[in-house]
Amino acid sequence: MRQQREGSPFTGLATVALKEAADHMTSARIHLVMLLVLLTAVGAVYAAIGQITETVSQDQFLFLRLFTTAREPLPSFVAFLGFLLPLVAIALGFDSINGEYNRRTMSRILSQPIYRDALLTGKFLGGLLVIAICLLVLWLLVTGLGILLVGLPPSGEEVLRGLAFLLASFVYAGVWLAVALVFSTLFRSPATSALATLTVWLLFTIFWPMLAPLIAGALVPVDPLNPMTAVDLVEVERAISRISPNTLFGEMTLALLNPETRSLGIVFSNQLSRALIGAPLPVSQSLMLIWPQLAAMIAALLVLFTAAYVSFQRQEIRA
Amino acid sequence: MSTVIETKGLVKRYGRIAAVDGVDLTVEKGEVFGLLGPNGSGKTTTILLLLGLTEPTAGTVRVLGLDPLRNPLAVKRRVGYMPDQIGFYDNLTGRENLLYTARLLGLSGAEASKRIDEALERVRLVEAGERRVSTYSRGMRQRLGLAEVLIKQAEIAILDEPTSGLDPQSTQELLDLILALSREGMTIVLSSHLLAMVQSVCDRVALFSRGRIGLSGRVEDLTSDVLGGTHVVEVEAQDVDLAQALADAPHITGVTQQRPGLWRVDADEDARPEIARRVVMAGGRLTAMSIRHTTLDEVYVRFFEEDRHHAAAA
Ligand SMILES: Nc1ncnc2c1ncn2[C@@H]1O[C@H](COP(=O)(O)OP(=O)(O)O)[C@@H](O)[C@H]1O
Ligand SMILES: [Mg+2]
Repeated sequence: MRQQREGSPFTGLATVALKEAADHMTSARIHLVMLLVLLTAVGAVYAAIGQITETVSQDQFLFLRLFTTAREPLPSFVAFLGFLLPLVAIALGFDSINGEYNRRTMSRILSQPIYRDALLTGKFLGGLLVIAICLLVLWLLVTGLGILLVGLPPSGEEVLRGLAFLLASFVYAGVWLAVALVFSTLFRSPATSALATLTVWLLFTIFWPMLAPLIAGALVPVDPLNPMTAVDLVEVERAISRISPNTLFGEMTLALLNPETRSLGIVFSNQLSRALIGAPLPVSQSLMLIWPQLAAMIAALLVLFTAAYVSFQRQEIRA
Repeated sequence: MSTVIETKGLVKRYGRIAAVDGVDLTVEKGEVFGLLGPNGSGKTTTILLLLGLTEPTAGTVRVLGLDPLRNPLAVKRRVGYMPDQIGFYDNLTGRENLLYTARLLGLSGAEASKRIDEALERVRLVEAGERRVSTYSRGMRQRLGLAEVLIKQAEIAILDEPTSGLDPQSTQELLDLILALSREGMTIVLSSHLLAMVQSVCDRVALFSRGRIGLSGRVEDLTSDVLGGTHVVEVEAQDVDLAQALADAPHITGVTQQRPGLWRVDADEDARPEIARRVVMAGGRLTAMSIRHTTLDEVYVRFFEEDRHHAAAA
């Protein structure tokens, strides 16, 4: 085991990250995914604009409605993002480590004067960089479309909320990138790691909303004579569903883009007694509301990255 | 002469099998050292241990006086490595691949492009350097691997199976390059399972068998120690008993009849004139005679066969 190491673990980090980002930017696979995201985003926003101009007359947060308004049969922009961002992240990350083994470049790169830390972290940062660029472009696109087609510049508060939403999306995609990174260190075959990551994604996207009530029901039997057990059931179900990053992301977008959202838990009518229903919260309050969700996602991201790190540090570099 | 690589009692186990089982190795500055042995005998594992790419189960490694696990960056900065079946980024050109390495080495842009130009020139890939690596032949990839070692201006180059999969011409080309680098003072450690192919370039060799070094030393010393001679003369002659005719001849260390009229003579120098003279004196007719250096394959087979017989007898 390495007791003390000389030199910085960050030597070569920037080089690896930039190479990784450049590779993604020129790869056909990423071009395809980006194209898909771009088309759906434009489609969703365009549909939302149609809906808005038809129905809404007076709305304080017209700009934010661009993100959240759905028009049948299309879902809203945020719903699309919640669905597609994990796919983008998975496409970026599923072969980051095992791909180097398969190209037989791993031992050549690691025989250069850098630590493994730099390679793994650099690959992760390279992926994050691409995600950040992609999200920024999308965000600017939506804003631009909104200004052009609705003719309404966003207010300062809306821009703030939009930026917070950008950050939330970034962290959400980062979690999925970390999931993909873990599987790419665990499995030597990119097909296996892609399948494993997609399985997790399917589990959380499709099955988790169905499973959470079942699990909660099994854990908390409801006593018809005691109404508190019903409340417990809902609380437990909510806790279970929050294991999924998709739930956390959904709650964050809800609080950020619908300023009327006052709570992300169940609300009793007596708690609302003195609140003005429908009155929007200030940005700072909405940020307080999503803070636990954001912190949980960042924590998940760090845990996943550490898992990838531990598994990679112990590998023998024979390829 | 100073020692640049030294291992003591190096062991690497995978579960119950020992891939490397007590290897003591010293490589001197400036020599070409061959790690030779059949597939699976532990050469690659030994190399990975030298580079710190895997951790030993037991034993110590010193490369340029440093421990590759404690000072990995210092060792990797001064040691070039060309892995077995070397891979590059196929979507990049040869030059771009080298540029990435140069950046990882921390070279400045100007210094990097100067070294890359020199290295590509050296391995004759100047034009191909602008093409994608996906279009390269096996031999070109190996040469690109050598170019990478050159860019590093490494003091030691560790080449794992540098000639495997190459046609005879590319092999010779690569071996010539390796010899040229050696003449400029680079220490070279190379591994190969084709013993005879690389024996001409190696100053010293270590013969691996099942994770251990059975024999090591200069090629001539090994052949004369194990087989008693450095040359093999094949003699075709009629009407003579060669074993008897050469019974007391100088420099002859062994005579074996391979079939009627064909003998193999082991000698420690070119003994053809003496053999010819004796065949004629004994009244025989000499029809053909050829000489070659004893190959390490013969040494290997003889040594480890005997080893196995001893092991079986014991
Ligand atoms: N990761 C591993 N797990 C188990 N056994 C291994 C592993 N890597 C190599 N070996 C075994 O170690 C032995 C030596 O392998 P290697 O050093 O690659 O030999 P060589 O390079 O001489 O062909 C072989 O028997 C091989 O099967
Ligand atoms: Mg090998």
